[in-house]
Amino acid sequence: MPELAFLILFPFATAFILFFLKRDSKVRSFFVFFGAFGELAASICFAVDSLLHRDLEMGTFFLPDTHFSDMIMAAVEVCLMLIVFFLSIKYKKYFVILLSAFGTIPAVYLDFSGISETTASHIKVDYLTMIMILVVGIVGSLICVYAVGYIRDYHHHHKEFKDRSGYFLSMLFVFLGAMMGLISSDNLMWMYFFWEITSVCSFLLIGYSRTSEAVTNSFRALWMNLLGGCGFMAAIIFCICVMEITNISQLLVFATLPSMAVFPVAMLSFAALTKSAQMPFSRWLLGAMVAPTPTSALLHSATMVKAGVYLLLRLSPMMGGSEVGIMVTVIGGFTFFAASLLAITVTDGKKVLAYSTISNLGLITAAAGCGLPEAVWAGIMLLIFHAVTKSMMFMSVGAYENSTGSRDVEDMHGMIVRYPRLAFVMTIGIFGMSVVPMGMCVAKWAALKAFIDSGYVYLTMFLCFGSATTLFYWVKWLGKIFSVSRGSMKHEYTVCFSEWLSIYPLSFIAVFLCIVYPLISRFAVVPYIQNAFSGSLSRFVTAAFPDSTIVPASSGTVAAISTEDFVIMGVMLICMCILPLAMRFVNSVQERRVLSYMSGFNAGDDRSFYDSFGEERGQYLSNWYMQDLFGEKKILTGCLILTAVFLICIMASCAVGGLFL
Amino acid sequence: MTTYSLISVILYLILSPVIACLFSGVDRIVTARMQGRRGPKLLQPFYDIMKLFSKENTSVNEIQKILVMAHCFFAVFSGAIFFAGEDILLVLFALTMAEVFLILAAYSVNAAYSEIGAQRELLQMMAYEPMTLLTAVGFYLSVGSFKVGDIIRSDVPLIVKMPGFFLGFCFILVIKFRKSPFDLATSHHAHQEVIKGLTGDLAGPAYGFSELAELYEEILMLGMAGLFFISSDKISIIWAACAVVILLFCMSLVDNIFPRVKWESLLKSSWIVTLFAGGANLVILSLVR
Repeated sequence: MPELAFLILFPFATAFILFFLKRDSKVRSFFVFFGAFGELAASICFAVDSLLHRDLEMGTFFLPDTHFSDMIMAAVEVCLMLIVFFLSIKYKKYFVILLSAFGTIPAVYLDFSGISETTASHIKVDYLTMIMILVVGIVGSLICVYAVGYIRDYHHHHKEFKDRSGYFLSMLFVFLGAMMGLISSDNLMWMYFFWEITSVCSFLLIGYSRTSEAVTNSFRALWMNLLGGCGFMAAIIFCICVMEITNISQLLVFATLPSMAVFPVAMLSFAALTKSAQMPFSRWLLGAMVAPTPTSALLHSATMVKAGVYLLLRLSPMMGGSEVGIMVTVIGGFTFFAASLLAITVTDGKKVLAYSTISNLGLITAAAGCGLPEAVWAGIMLLIFHAVTKSMMFMSVGAYENSTGSRDVEDMHGMIVRYPRLAFVMTIGIFGMSVVPMGMCVAKWAALKAFIDSGYVYLTMFLCFGSATTLFYWVKWLGKIFSVSRGSMKHEYTVCFSEWLSIYPLSFIAVFLCIVYPLISRFAVVPYIQNAFSGSLSRFVTAAFPDSTIVPASSGTVAAISTEDFVIMGVMLICMCILPLAMRFVNSVQERRVLSYMSGFNAGDDRSFYDSFGEERGQYLSNWYMQDLFGEKKILTGCLILTAVFLICIMASCAVGGLFL
Repeated sequence: MTTYSLISVILYLILSPVIACLFSGVDRIVTARMQGRRGPKLLQPFYDIMKLFSKENTSVNEIQKILVMAHCFFAVFSGAIFFAGEDILLVLFALTMAEVFLILAAYSVNAAYSEIGAQRELLQMMAYEPMTLLTAVGFYLSVGSFKVGDIIRSDVPLIVKMPGFFLGFCFILVIKFRKSPFDLATSHHAHQEVIKGLTGDLAGPAYGFSELAELYEEILMLGMAGLFFISSDKISIIWAACAVVILLFCMSLVDNIFPRVKWESLLKSSWIVTLFAGGANLVILSLVR
């Protein structure tokens, strides 16, 4: 237990110290490095230790009696509510007050009245928790390291904003601590507590610059997440008062989804959908782009949005074939496809990444809703790969922005010559997101097989179409990076040491994961799934889908991807890795450099040509955004309305069915 | 890997360019006859490629050539996986990777025509990929395996179970073969508004490599079309061969009849065909299962 307490409390302690170190100084950098690397090391140690010594099969439980900490939590919740009240009144967003009160007041009441007192353990560590601790610990900490250099540059470029970087760094650490608490809590009240911290924290981080856009967007993020929090609270009240349970593991003992549990599971899934920014709630994540890059990276990759899909993956064994499962799969599958279409039409690099995040989370959501072991396998793998790759992409876009002043994909033209190292990292990231021997696509492949087996035909269709559109927006970005303008020079980097310190390890991990994922699968993911779907639980799955097989125990990979496939992919990966070396070899052969083809009208180089009046004119090559066909203005509102109507209908039916039948 | 699959991979590596060149030669003659011309010699495609490899080595930048070679390598590689009887999804993924490298090569030269070609090629990928993936799904639903080695051992020719998938696949085959209504990215025909977009800046041996990759890719796609007709019965190979020849003839015909369409029509039509032909067939197969 002390190790786990350290994992949760250490970031909070670091945050507390950083809050008072307002000026940028060596001391502050030291504390950030110390806090981040301490957390990173602690999470790795904890995972290794758990793997060797703890019973992760059934989960190790901690802390049955927590009266004192419950009181502290209640007090903190009240404080959070007051912060929200204060800011809502200050910026005249009064309806947010209601949402905040609806969530917090019952929580405080439950705590003080002693209704939520329980003898069950509050903390549980099993394989999934361990995986999440590693993801949050490693990726989250590296993002904090990155933030040190980034925020210095940020204020160097944006003199108009007040420098509150101490507060900013401290919030990042609060986030990290809350996330650690959330993933290790088994008690629903505790989970809710950390859930609310992440909501409020993200709100404060998004509004960092205090511009009117930032304020609007931060309130949008807040109200959507608080709405989800209200759903969470409704589930808790139902669980405690009607079902007389307090823990999520007690909810999961049911073999199928009994009519009694429909309501809480639907409500928890609803909360998860808001947190993971699924349609119709995806706009908060897009708005989060106004925040400094470490915020976006943290929200998008390792924490916040991952909390939602984490909850869904936990609930997944109960969802297969049920009404809630249909709700989650439809929303997830549709979001995957629609967000990837929208990603084609935007030029802002961070916005492309935002849509891509929403899209990938949709896939994880759909996989969780499927309720099949293979699908959950794919979902967890996607979660891991996505966290690493996406944070790396965000950081390199942020570094590029600090170097050039723009994060527009259009301005990344010829990056491979101007900023080769950053271009190399981005190439790894984009390949990691879009082509096969790299991680994301392998997991996507497993998801496809699971979707076919699940019998949800629409999921298969969404995945096939969504993969095609996903490829489009990634490759055109990559194409921009690879365009070599003649005569362009290598530029000086202004990227700080701390930024490289996090970008390089992450890109290494991204490649390394592609080789070692069978090990992760064998020692962590497969045991978790076997356990989660064991006994009575799997009866339902096999009865509903007779063709599906439970994952074999011995193999490192899931049945979906055979050893032969793995070998072939290994060959592909090696070929890709030797490509830069092969380039040296090919270029050693004598060859003549020629001008590019411009119908013979090149004006001396590749950059300009003679137009029909015989005058010299520069050429500008723009990428293709198809805004007329499926631009944001064309389809976004429609998608949101469609999903909202669907969600309301099915939630209403769940509520009526769950409460009154 | 069994001896059988090893032999078929070796045969694929050696024979593909030969067969594909012959097909292309016949195609040119047939096309010429349809237009009332005499047409080139049967072996003209051979001479064309040989000539490319004997030309001077030129390139626009340092990375162009290696990207084209990577394209060629992965195109051949994906075909080899296919003829080794491995997972058909992996074949498709490897093929995607090959395409990505060609597109990057076109982007890298930083020239208008190449870039138009590259973007259109991307569009074409977006148009045909759902259907190729769905075809693989269809095979899986019909035989219970993604392995090409298992698919060819099915009891009945799969066209019986998957007519919708076959229809959709034929549709996107026109895109893959760069035939007329859908030859947006690159084309041989001089009457199109952009002729050699994608490969416009390739010359000499580098262009030769991209042409070679194209030949291997064509054989792979025809192999996939053949999968619809092959069953455990040995005679079925003949049927498959006949079907492939008929398919090729139909494509020449289509090529001559239809003028190039705009990109919106390409995307919409192929997605609609995928959705209805492939989707309906998918629903039926899932229900029967």
